Amino acid sequence: MSPADLPAEPVSRADAGAPSLLRVRGLQKSFGSDRVLDSVDLTVGRGRVLALIGPSGSGKTTILRCLNGLELPEGGTIEVAAAPTNADSVGTGTGGRRGATSAVSMAIDFAASPSPKELGALRDRSAMVFQHYNLFPHKTVLQNVIEGPVVVQRRPVAEVMTEALALLERVGLTDKRDSYPFELSGGQQQRVGIVRALALRPQLLLFDEPTSALDPELVGDVLRLIKELADEGWSMVIVTHELEFAREVAHEIAFVDGGTIVEHGNAKQLLRHPQQERTRQFLHRLLNPF
Amino acid sequence: MIQPDWELFVSSLWPLLDGAVRGTIPLALTSFAIGLVLALVLALMRLSAKRVLSVIARGYISIVRGTPLLVQLFVIFYGLPSIGVTIEPWPSAVIAFSINVGGYAAEVIRAAILSVPKGQWEAAYMIGMSHSRALARIILPQAARVSVPPLSNTFISLVKDTSLASLILVTELFREAQQITAFSQKFMLLYLEAALIYWVICLVLSTGQGFLEKRLDRYVAR
Repeated sequence: MSPADLPAEPVSRADAGAPSLLRVRGLQKSFGSDRVLDSVDLTVGRGRVLALIGPSGSGKTTILRCLNGLELPEGGTIEVAAAPTNADSVGTGTGGRRGATSAVSMAIDFAASPSPKELGALRDRSAMVFQHYNLFPHKTVLQNVIEGPVVVQRRPVAEVMTEALALLERVGLTDKRDSYPFELSGGQQQRVGIVRALALRPQLLLFDEPTSALDPELVGDVLRLIKELADEGWSMVIVTHELEFAREVAHEIAFVDGGTIVEHGNAKQLLRHPQQERTRQFLHRLLNPF
Repeated sequence: MIQPDWELFVSSLWPLLDGAVRGTIPLALTSFAIGLVLALVLALMRLSAKRVLSVIARGYISIVRGTPLLVQLFVIFYGLPSIGVTIEPWPSAVIAFSINVGGYAAEVIRAAILSVPKGQWEAAYMIGMSHSRALARIILPQAARVSVPPLSNTFISLVKDTSLASLILVTELFREAQQITAFSQKFMLLYLEAALIYWVICLVLSTGQGFLEKRLDRYVAR
């Protein structure tokens, strides 16, 4: 399947880096008296891949969850740029809620306690792939994929089905369309999780440690799929522990520690020549475990 | 040894079954249906972030579970007329049983909702669902599976508890039995016969529970 057939608006690598898709400024988040995010600034360019790395408990997953409205920050702003107007999901006029709302840019100021409607609009811009897949166990693979587009976005069933089946074929799960999640391996479940996210036609894909729950021999398939999507120009934020994968797939890496972005830069450069002492120590520990 | 009066047994069968079909069974079904709706509302109130709602639900459940069903029934049928509210026997029984089922089943449903992993809510929100749609399409179908065994218990208890309605003059299985003993004086025979019919009804219900569990378990690893 070529990028042109894909259900969202990925932009080729050639344009990458130019317009920013997502701008996060001064994000603050506490759990009780525990400050987990302290003034987080991030920018993700259209068609760019940003990997968030850092020790556990550093706040990287919380950042990701804020982007999808699963956590409500107390302060800071998130801006999402408008989708390009020539994209198929908008141009055909058949695009669902995501297609329609993503035609304009939006900004949310969390200090001003945004309405549920605003948060919904933010959520509609992105789709998340969870560490533990979180597929709906009472629905078949196909039902999992079409639930959002059909029930929430109210797109035509026939169109959604065609798209869903094409996506399932692409990840080699056509024969599992009527299976329930429990009948699938972890790797297969995660690929369904990715397809479910793609079917929502998001502007931005969020991955929360997508391979951490997988058996080692199943990790490869999922990483390869994410790499393919990156090469097609999808914009992504990936929380990961796989440094090798981050080097391979991400344009940029942000090192998160203690609720702030300690260092943010070109992926290969940051891994090879970290500027900050904390980054150096973290990478050293990860690369030399013994 | 006293010979059972088989003739009386057979001739009583019809009025007893009639009491079951026109009294016990519809009374249990109606009250359970109303009680379940009430229970769902109470469970959601109990889980609500709004403190007022959860306190009200908590109070309701506490009172219903902390007082005898017979007392509840008598308050409604014999008590309310003294403050000017007179309700016929049948609706009185339905009201009392529904209120009672509501209190017990609310806790079952609340626990079943809580048993669904948080990730299911998050995935539902992620695909753009509102709270109520996530509840209806993602959470409750999964909670239903968990709540079938305990709710079946509640229903089976209710079927037997409907015999209390005989005390507020509702014509049902047990009252039919009592009326026949009044002239025949065959207490043992009639009450055992009534017990037998209750047991058969509950056997049928248990079988139904088995089918329902099997159907809802089709998406769970065995």
